[in-house]
This record gives sequence, structure tokens and C-alpha cells, in this order.
Amino acid sequence: MTTHTKHAEPDDAELIDALKQRDEAAFVRLVQRYQGPLLRLALVYARSRAVAEEVVQETWLGVLEGIERFERRSSFKTWLFRILVNRARTRGEREGRTIPFSALGDATLEPVEPAVAADRFLGPTHPQWPLHWAVPPKSWGESPEEELLARETLELVERAIAALPPAWREVITLRDVEGWTAEEVCNVLGLSETNQRVLLHRARSRVRGVLERHFDPE
Amino acid sequence: MATPDVPPLTCKEVVELVTDYLEDALSASERRRFDEHLSTCPYCQIYLDQMRQTIRTVGHLPEEAVPPAALEALLARFRGWR
Repeated sequence: MTTHTKHAEPDDAELIDALKQRDEAAFVRLVQRYQGPLLRLALVYARSRAVAEEVVQETWLGVLEGIERFERRSSFKTWLFRILVNRARTRGEREGRTIPFSALGDATLEPVEPAVAADRFLGPTHPQWPLHWAVPPKSWGESPEEELLARETLELVERAIAALPPAWREVITLRDVEGWTAEEVCNVLGLSETNQRVLLHRARSRVRGVLERHFDPE
Repeated sequence: MATPDVPPLTCKEVVELVTDYLEDALSASERRRFDEHLSTCPYCQIYLDQMRQTIRTVGHLPEEAVPPAALEALLARFRGWR
């Protein structure tokens, strides 16, 4: 066990200590660890991949500028992604584009989209099964794992997420693509837990619908 | 325990509560109603499975590829900063 931990990747805190000592290897490690996830989130805000890449670069420069003052009241990850979100949103505003609604903190002001189209359910006055399934979902098969993770499916999911409203996309990207906790996402995006869940729900429901149409085209 | 004053959940309600269910954000009584519905509704069981499969699939998206030139440029800035 001890030999195992000895060779484990250094955690963020160790790398931050080293970075404060101007350790280049620590910087490279941090960049490699977070570059991909940062770019993925930057793509939510940027109008092009080139702009997203620029915002990521600016974020790292922000890290170098601010690392001395970073005091770990938050985790490094939270601090890092807040820098990215702030820069990306500021840039978006400057370019006169809409910023994700979650910046305003109230998901409930967005138009409501049901998780499943209303016509998939029986009417509220149905004598036996009001508001139960009229067109129920069909199982995606006995061993769907292989198909779910096929490249074609992943590309479909990628496109479905890219087409989501930005506020939904921010949340599903951090929660389900990157695997963050709800708390981390709320911290970085400045969302209440309830709004985070509402946005996550809408995003997941929409992506499920896309997969359903893929596996079970009418 | 039967709660006669609270009507059972409809499927239409279940699909809107599924994220709260998976996030463990339902109250104990809501959770009980959700579980009761699931235990008798194979369609909503399928729906819940599909949500779980969706989450798993989203978690398998490949990482964004970062151009190597970006790292080079950052290293140059790092050396200047150091």
C-alpha cells in the first residue's frame, strides 16, 4: 500500500506548493491535468475553438499572476475554473454575445421544457391511467453498453450537448462529462443547489431524448 | 404505511423528479412515493435506466485535444514569469 501511494500522482496542493517555488515540472503537470477540461468548458462560451483556446491560455496566465495570493480558501480546481469562467464571460459580454443564464442565478426564469413531450402521456382525464405513459420508453437492449459507447453514439451525444442552451451545457459539462460534485459546480458557476439541479435535469433529459431517438427511431 | 391523502405519482411527474431522485434530493416521503411508483411501473423503470445510461455515456466523452503549440507557448510565458 505504501509503495503504491509513493508513486501516486502528486495532488493539486503539492503541485501548488511547488509552483509557488517556480517549479516548471509542477506547472506542466497542472497544465496537463486541467488543459482538456478547461478547453471543454471554454468552448461553452466562445464563438470559435480558437477563441476558446485563447481563453484557456489567458486563464493560465491568470494563475501565474495570482498564485502568490491563492490561499486555498477554495480548492485549486475551483479557483482555476472560476478564473476561466470570469474571463470567458467578460469576453462574451465585450463581444456582445449572450452569457449563460446561470450567471444571473435563476434557472426558473427560463422557459420550461418538459423532460418528455406531453403527448407521450395519456391525458389528465383518462379514466384509468391519467398522466401515465401513452408511448412508453423502450429498453435500449440487453447489452447496450457497447452501443452506448460506440464512437457514433458519443459523437451524437457531443453534438447534443453542444446544442444545449449554454447554462444547461455548463452544468452537464462539469457534472457529467468531468464528473464534478454538485457542490463544486455550484461554487464555480455561482448557482444555488436547486438551480444546479434544474439545469442538470433539463440537460440530461434532452440528451436522453436524443439517445432515445437514436436507438428507437419512430 | 399507506398515505391515503397523498395521490400516487403519475409517470409524467416521475420523469420530472428523476434527477432529484438520482441526486438524493427528495424528501423521505417523496422518495417513498417515487419508489412505490417504480415498483409497479416497468416503463418508469426503463426510463430511470435510460437516464443512468445517459449519464454514463456522457461520462465517456473523449477529452478535448489541446494543440501542442499551446503548451509550448505557456512554457515560454512561464519561463518569463519565473
